[in-house]
Amino acid sequence: MTAWTDHREIFEEGKKIFQELQSRTEPLKNKDRISIPRQAMPTQEPEARAGNLCEVSIGFSQEQAVVEAMRCLDCKTEPCVAGCPVSIDIPGFIKKVSEQDFSGAAEVIKRTSLLPAICGRVCPQETQCEEVCTVGKSKKTISQSVAIGGLERFVADWEQDSDLINTPKVKAATKKKVGVIGSGPAGLVVAADVRREGHEVVLFEAFHKLGGVMRYGIPEFRLPNSVVDQEISLLKKMGVEFQLNTVVGRTRKIEDLLNKDGFDALFVGSGAGLPLFMGIPGEERVGVFAANEYLTRANLMRAYDKEHADTPIYASKKVVVLGGGNVAMDASRMALRLGAETVSVVYRRTLEEMPARREEIEHAMEEGIEFRFLENLLQIDGGEDGRVTSCKVQRYKLGEADDSGRRRPMAIEGDTFEIPVDTVIIAIGNGSNPLIKQTTPNLETNRRGNLVVDKSGKTNLEGVFAGGDIVLGAATVILAMGEGRKAASSINAMLASNP
Amino acid sequence: MNGTIIGKWLLTDKVWKFKIEAPLIARERKAGQFIMLQVDEDKGERIPLTIADAHAEEGWICLIFQEVGYSTKTLAGMQIGETLPVLVGPLGQPTHIQNFGRVVCVGGGIGVAPLHPIVGALKQAGNHVTTIIGARTSDLLILHQEMKTLSDKLIVVTEDGTEGSKGRVTAPLLAVCESEPKPDLVVAIGPAIMMKYCSETTRPFGVKTLVSLNTIMVDGTGMCGGCRVTVGDEVRFVCVDGPEFDGHKVDFENMMKRLNAYREAERRTKDCNLEKVADEKLQESS
Repeated sequence: MTAWTDHREIFEEGKKIFQELQSRTEPLKNKDRISIPRQAMPTQEPEARAGNLCEVSIGFSQEQAVVEAMRCLDCKTEPCVAGCPVSIDIPGFIKKVSEQDFSGAAEVIKRTSLLPAICGRVCPQETQCEEVCTVGKSKKTISQSVAIGGLERFVADWEQDSDLINTPKVKAATKKKVGVIGSGPAGLVVAADVRREGHEVVLFEAFHKLGGVMRYGIPEFRLPNSVVDQEISLLKKMGVEFQLNTVVGRTRKIEDLLNKDGFDALFVGSGAGLPLFMGIPGEERVGVFAANEYLTRANLMRAYDKEHADTPIYASKKVVVLGGGNVAMDASRMALRLGAETVSVVYRRTLEEMPARREEIEHAMEEGIEFRFLENLLQIDGGEDGRVTSCKVQRYKLGEADDSGRRRPMAIEGDTFEIPVDTVIIAIGNGSNPLIKQTTPNLETNRRGNLVVDKSGKTNLEGVFAGGDIVLGAATVILAMGEGRKAASSINAMLASNP
Repeated sequence: MNGTIIGKWLLTDKVWKFKIEAPLIARERKAGQFIMLQVDEDKGERIPLTIADAHAEEGWICLIFQEVGYSTKTLAGMQIGETLPVLVGPLGQPTHIQNFGRVVCVGGGIGVAPLHPIVGALKQAGNHVTTIIGARTSDLLILHQEMKTLSDKLIVVTEDGTEGSKGRVTAPLLAVCESEPKPDLVVAIGPAIMMKYCSETTRPFGVKTLVSLNTIMVDGTGMCGGCRVTVGDEVRFVCVDGPEFDGHKVDFENMMKRLNAYREAERRTKDCNLEKVADEKLQESS
C-alpha cells in the first residue's frame, strides 16, 4: 500500500524532475527513460474526501504528464495497443504529450476513442494496457508501468479545459437510420461510430439523464457527471438525436422500430439488469439493498444532496457490503460519504483474488473502509419491524484453484460469528435486463437471459445488434465500448452493402 | 407535448384525476400497466402510478392518485398546461385477460383506480364481473358510477356505513366465495393490508386471486432491485415480473415492512420542509 502524500508535494516533485529533464542537452536513452520514477496520481486527502463527493483523483499536473510521457520507450512491439479493447494508439498519443503537443495527443486518441475522459478514469488499466507495458515488465512490477490511464485522462481534461474540442467529422447523409438502445458506454460508442458514416442516429434512453451506468452506477467521486456530460455533448454536436424517458420494449417494441418506424438497424445496449442476491435467510429484510438500488438512489437520484433531493436514502450507521468488485468498492465508499460510521467489505476470498481495480481498493482502504477477507454472510437477522440488526458470518479458507484460476473459497465448518449491522448492501453482480427479452419474441438469449451475438455483434434477428452488459453480463465500461465498436463496424458494413 | 396535463379533477378529499397527453404510452398501454413519473427532473424521486384509463387515438392517459408525500402533493399543485418533466411507460406486465367465466374484482380506496381498466378489459373478454369497491367513508369512494356501468354487479361497502353496507370488502368477498357458482378468479387491488386479507379470504376456497403490488421503486425498468418481493420461495421484481402476482403466495408481512423503510426519513425531511412547500403551492393553486 502506497503511503499517502500531500498532492502539492507530488506536484512539486513532478516539477523538479520536469525541469531537470528539460535542462538536458542530450536526447534521452531508454535507460534514462526507465530510470524516471512513475508519477504518483495526486488525490484529495483521505480524511477530507471521505466527507465529500468531489473527485478523489485530482489528475496529473502538466509537468507530471510530460515527465510521465517521457518514461514511454515507444517500443516497436506496442503491447499496450493490443492490451486496449479499443486499440488506442497509445505510444502515438504519449509521444505527443512528451512533445507537449496536447492537442495533437487528443487527436490521436480521438481516432479510436471518443470517451477518453471517462476511460482515463474508470478503465482497469492494470489488467489491460498497463499490465503488458514494457517499462513495467523491465521493472518487474505493473506499478512501474507507464501511467497510461493517468495520461489519457490528462489529455482529455486538457482538451475539455482548453475549449479546443474538435467535433469529429460526419460524412454526407446516407438516408439510413439507426436506433441505439441505451446511452451507456456501448451505446455511446455505437452512436458515434455510426453517425460518423453519415447515418441518422436516434439514441433511446429509459432514464431522464444520459450515460447509463456511468450516471446511475459509478459515483461522482470517481467519475463526475460533468465529465460524462462533456463527452456526450460531443455526440449532440455530431447530430445524434437523443430520446429520453423511452423504454424500448415497452414504450416501443423492437419489431415496431424496424417495421413501422423505418429503422434500418438497431443496437441493443440496454445494460446489466436485475441484481443477484445470495439466497440467504433474511435477505428480504428492511435495510438490505442491492448495490444497484443504493447507488442509483445516491447518484442518479442525488440522494446525497440531502438538502434538496426528494429521494430518501436509508440512514445507515453500520454497513456491510458483500462482494469484491468495483461496484462493492463504489457502494462502500458511497455509504461512508453518506454518513455511515463504519463500513466493512465482506469478501470470501483474499485481497489477491479481489476483482476490483487496485486503485479503488487502495482508495477505499485509505478512507477507512474495513476489509473482511475470507468471510461470507450466512444469515441476516432483524427485529420485529423487519429492520436489520445483525449478520451471521461464516469464515472461509482457500482451497484448490477453480475453473476461473482463482483458489476456491471453502467454508470452515462451525466457524461462524455475529456482527451488529443496520445495513447490508449486496454487490455480487447482476443478471440481465429482462425488458427487451420479454417483449421481443424469437430474440435468442442464453440461460442467464443475456442476448446471444455472433463475432460481429449481430443477434439472430435481422438488423438487430447488441453489446455491452446485456451480452457480457456485468463487465467494464471499456469492454462495453469495445463491443460497441465491433457492432458499429458491422452495422456500418451492413448499411454500406445495402444501398 | 408528452407529459402535458390536459385535465384535472378533484375526485374526493386529496384524490385527484389527471388527464395527461402521452401518445406513445397511450398507444402501447394495456390494462394493469403503470408509469413512472418525476415532478422535478433534477431532484425529484421517481414514483410509480398505475394507468387508470387511456385513449390510444386521442393520445392521453389518466392517472388517479392520492396526495400522500412530496411528489404527489406537488403533482396535485400542477396546473393544466404544465408538463411533467419525466413520464415513462407503460411499464410492467399487462394483466392476463381472457374469458375466465365469473370474476370478482375488489378495489379498496385508491386501488379502485388501477382496477378500473382491468374490469373493462375483463368485461370485454366476456367475463361475468362482480365488482366490490370499498372506502373508509362515502366521500372517499371513487369511480362509483364508472364501475357500476362496467360491471355486471356492483357491491359497495364503507367502513362507517355511510354508503352501501357497513364493513370491509372482505365480507362481501367471503359471501361471493361461499355462494355457488364459485368465482373463477378474484382480482384485488388496494392497500397491502386489504390485499392480504382478500387473499386470506379466498384461500380456503381455492379461488385464484391476483393482487397488484405497489412497492417502492427507483428505476421501474428492471435494474435496481428495490421493488423486490417474496412470492412463494422466490425473489420477484414488481417492475418487470409484476405488478400482478398470485396473492396466495405473496409475503405481505415483509412487503408491508419494506414499504415503511423510509417512513422516518420522509417524516423527518418532508414534514418540516418539503411538504410545507408543497402544501403552500397547492393552496395557491386552489
